[in-house]
Amino acid sequence: MSRTVITADVAVAGAGPSGLTAAGGLAAAGLRVLVLDREREAGGIPRHSDHTGYGIRDLGRIMTGPAYARLLAARAREAGAALRTSAMVTGWAGERALDVTTPQGLLRVEAGAVVLATGARERPRTARMVPGDRPPGVLTTGQLQNLVHLHGRAVGGRAVVVGAEPVSWSAVLTLRRAGCRTVLMTSEHARPESYAAFSVPGRAVLGVPVATGTRVVRVAGHDAVEAVEVEDLRTGARRTVPCDTVVFTGDWIPDDELARAAGLATDPGSRAPMVDNTLATSRPGVFAVGNLVHPVDTADVAALDGRHVVRHVLRHLGGGTPAGRAIPLLAGAPFTWVSPGLARPGAGAPPRGRILLWPAEHRALARVVVTQDGRVVARRTLPWPVSPGRVLRVPSSALSGADPRGGPITISLA
Amino acid sequence: MSTDGMRNGPLPVDNVDVAVIGAGVVGAAVARELAGYDLSVALVEARCDVGDGTSKANTAILHTGFDATPGTLESRLVRRGYDLLGAYAAATGIPVERTGAVLVAWTEEELAALPGLAAKAAANGCRDCAAAGPDEVYAMVPALGPGVLGGLTVPGESIVCPWTTTLAFATEALARGVHLLLNARVEAVARDGGQTVLSTSRGPLRARWVVNAAGLGSDVVDGLFGHRRFTITPRRGELLVFDKAARPLADRIVLPVPGSRGKGVLISPTVYGNVMLGPTAEELEDRTDTSTSEDGFAFLAGKGRRLMPALLEEEVTAAYAGLRAATEHGDYQVHLDPAGRYLVLGGIRSTGLTASMALAEHAAGLLAGAGLALEPRAGLPGPPRMPNIGEAFPRPYQRADLVERDPAYGTVVCFCERVTAGEVRDALAAALPPGDLDGLRRRTRATMGRCQGFHCGAEIDRLLREGAR
Repeated sequence: MSRTVITADVAVAGAGPSGLTAAGGLAAAGLRVLVLDREREAGGIPRHSDHTGYGIRDLGRIMTGPAYARLLAARAREAGAALRTSAMVTGWAGERALDVTTPQGLLRVEAGAVVLATGARERPRTARMVPGDRPPGVLTTGQLQNLVHLHGRAVGGRAVVVGAEPVSWSAVLTLRRAGCRTVLMTSEHARPESYAAFSVPGRAVLGVPVATGTRVVRVAGHDAVEAVEVEDLRTGARRTVPCDTVVFTGDWIPDDELARAAGLATDPGSRAPMVDNTLATSRPGVFAVGNLVHPVDTADVAALDGRHVVRHVLRHLGGGTPAGRAIPLLAGAPFTWVSPGLARPGAGAPPRGRILLWPAEHRALARVVVTQDGRVVARRTLPWPVSPGRVLRVPSSALSGADPRGGPITISLA
Repeated sequence: MSTDGMRNGPLPVDNVDVAVIGAGVVGAAVARELAGYDLSVALVEARCDVGDGTSKANTAILHTGFDATPGTLESRLVRRGYDLLGAYAAATGIPVERTGAVLVAWTEEELAALPGLAAKAAANGCRDCAAAGPDEVYAMVPALGPGVLGGLTVPGESIVCPWTTTLAFATEALARGVHLLLNARVEAVARDGGQTVLSTSRGPLRARWVVNAAGLGSDVVDGLFGHRRFTITPRRGELLVFDKAARPLADRIVLPVPGSRGKGVLISPTVYGNVMLGPTAEELEDRTDTSTSEDGFAFLAGKGRRLMPALLEEEVTAAYAGLRAATEHGDYQVHLDPAGRYLVLGGIRSTGLTASMALAEHAAGLLAGAGLALEPRAGLPGPPRMPNIGEAFPRPYQRADLVERDPAYGTVVCFCERVTAGEVRDALAAALPPGDLDGLRRRTRATMGRCQGFHCGAEIDRLLREGAR
């Protein structure tokens, strides 16, 4: 073996908002922290999200994605964390040891604790199994924003955006920046998923028609996109929409390659590694934070996972073991996943004292019901609507009436 | 080496001993073979790259030929080609994995067909096939769905990289002096004395001999020579490629038992570490229609859910469709016209990848018999060493020696497929560089992974543009 062995107290895989925030906190506590990121620049997705709205909950200010990415990286470095970019973790070499490929050589990083902060990505067209021709010009928001904001590249002139979530509107803005008009947004839901505050003026100002209850059933065009075929889910009627660019947005999936390679227990709903309120995974000393475990919430919420995990990593390194048994948290209708997926009584609140849930349907009001062993533990009505494509955050105090010796806890809507 | 004239502009050569039409796996193999003799050879291709038609979209299996019809040319050439390509792959670094296969019977009818298939395999020289009970089949492939009645093992069936195979043939052909003429569609054929004049979209090319290896267009080209011997009816095969996380589910090829209800679909590991499910079989009119379809997806999902339920729980990384060059005949369409100095290698179906080198050898023999002088050339370059894009051998990102020598091999640019900047650079600087992103994908796997360019698409696009300059 000709790998250079490096030791660290904590290895962090991923230098996005959650990984950088965790690294900064752990380094500030005096630990030797090594952050590994496969991209050339630290910062994660905000690097190419060239719009404002970042930093509100974690930094108490509002800034653009690229500025936020730079600031979090600078703070982690100032706190003493070592950041290595162009450093791709390729696999595990032990319980808490990682194999890494870098331009400077192959490394083996042996750590006392590992924090997985590998984020999430959008399902591409292939994973959504949209048939038809396979021309270039079919993108995800991630690829689109990377092309336009980091590489200054042009895209086409007429786009169809699949999805009507916040990220979909972000794609529309990027397309507009690149001189490409969005001729249609489609949503399989009966109404647009996005915040009313975004979607209504979005439609009015950007002039983008949104086809609800509609799915894309085919991409047409041999050497370039010529059109997509869309189907009205209510009537089955199909029509062809001429365009030269298609952007598949949302439909998030965790970048779970390292988590799966470790054989960590996963949440069947989100495919994310299963964590408890301390963000500990099923392998001792391996933690998971950010949008890897809740694909996806906002960047500041992801970052605050990083702040939350610091104390629990310190506890692990100090020889602490998880307190008590963990009770499964289950996502009841209309939710597809809940994070964390395990509630460990006595281990403190989850990040921000919130349980995160991913709704598959729109509801005007969030009437949350928590049940355990056939008993209603709590009912909470939250004063905002439930929308697909957007995390519903429920105060974890709703679980306080659960029996610590009881069975799984289900969270659903009335 | 300069690649001027390979893709654009007037043809850099106007007169050759042999013109091979079609730079798929068969045409490339024939050009490579003939260039081993003292001949000038042109390889003429309508598309912008070698291996860009049917050769790029198939089931990527190195066939033993166990189920071929005994006595056919196809049966003989597949058996011979299996050995030739296996040895060539070892010499050049074409990824091959000796996975073996098991035919799985799910019905009484399929179970009853197994002894006949075993006998056929033996008649085809494949004597190591063995019957397996349901318990043995489940021991081999635990992820199979319920209802297996029995099976037949075919230990020799293997998986191979079809892209590297065609590229290796073409790369060696170039090294042997073959003129590779891309973007040159043959539009008309005329006789002029002892020569054939091929009118191509890039100008005329005169040749003493012509070999037609035009794949899906082989009947059309045969028609240009005045023949009506066979008709290609493209048979579309759609395939789903599942995430690498599925690979432990299938470490060998799971074949269907051919029966009265058609050929069924197979599950196969790929040399890139994925699992493939397919193909469908649908006869088409349009020879360019490689689109995927809702019906195809639904059919494959239904089949897959019965064959291997856990596979359908994994994400789909890619879906594609290939067109098989099927004819109304039961065998390869190999016809020699000695007077016209013309040979057609048509109707080469999915077995053509395995048979390619044997077809080339066979073609050279036929041409020699018709009077083409085959004088071995002295001082031939050795076989090329191809970049490894398979998972069974170390890839550059895993090789400390390479990374130490050149940091570009430690710079991973496509994360899902772990393609390094060094590999992209090498592909762009190769004797046969890619003509577009698809060509780069076939040479390196860049952007072919689970994220389909979410992370690396923009960067790969930049490297391709810079390299093309």
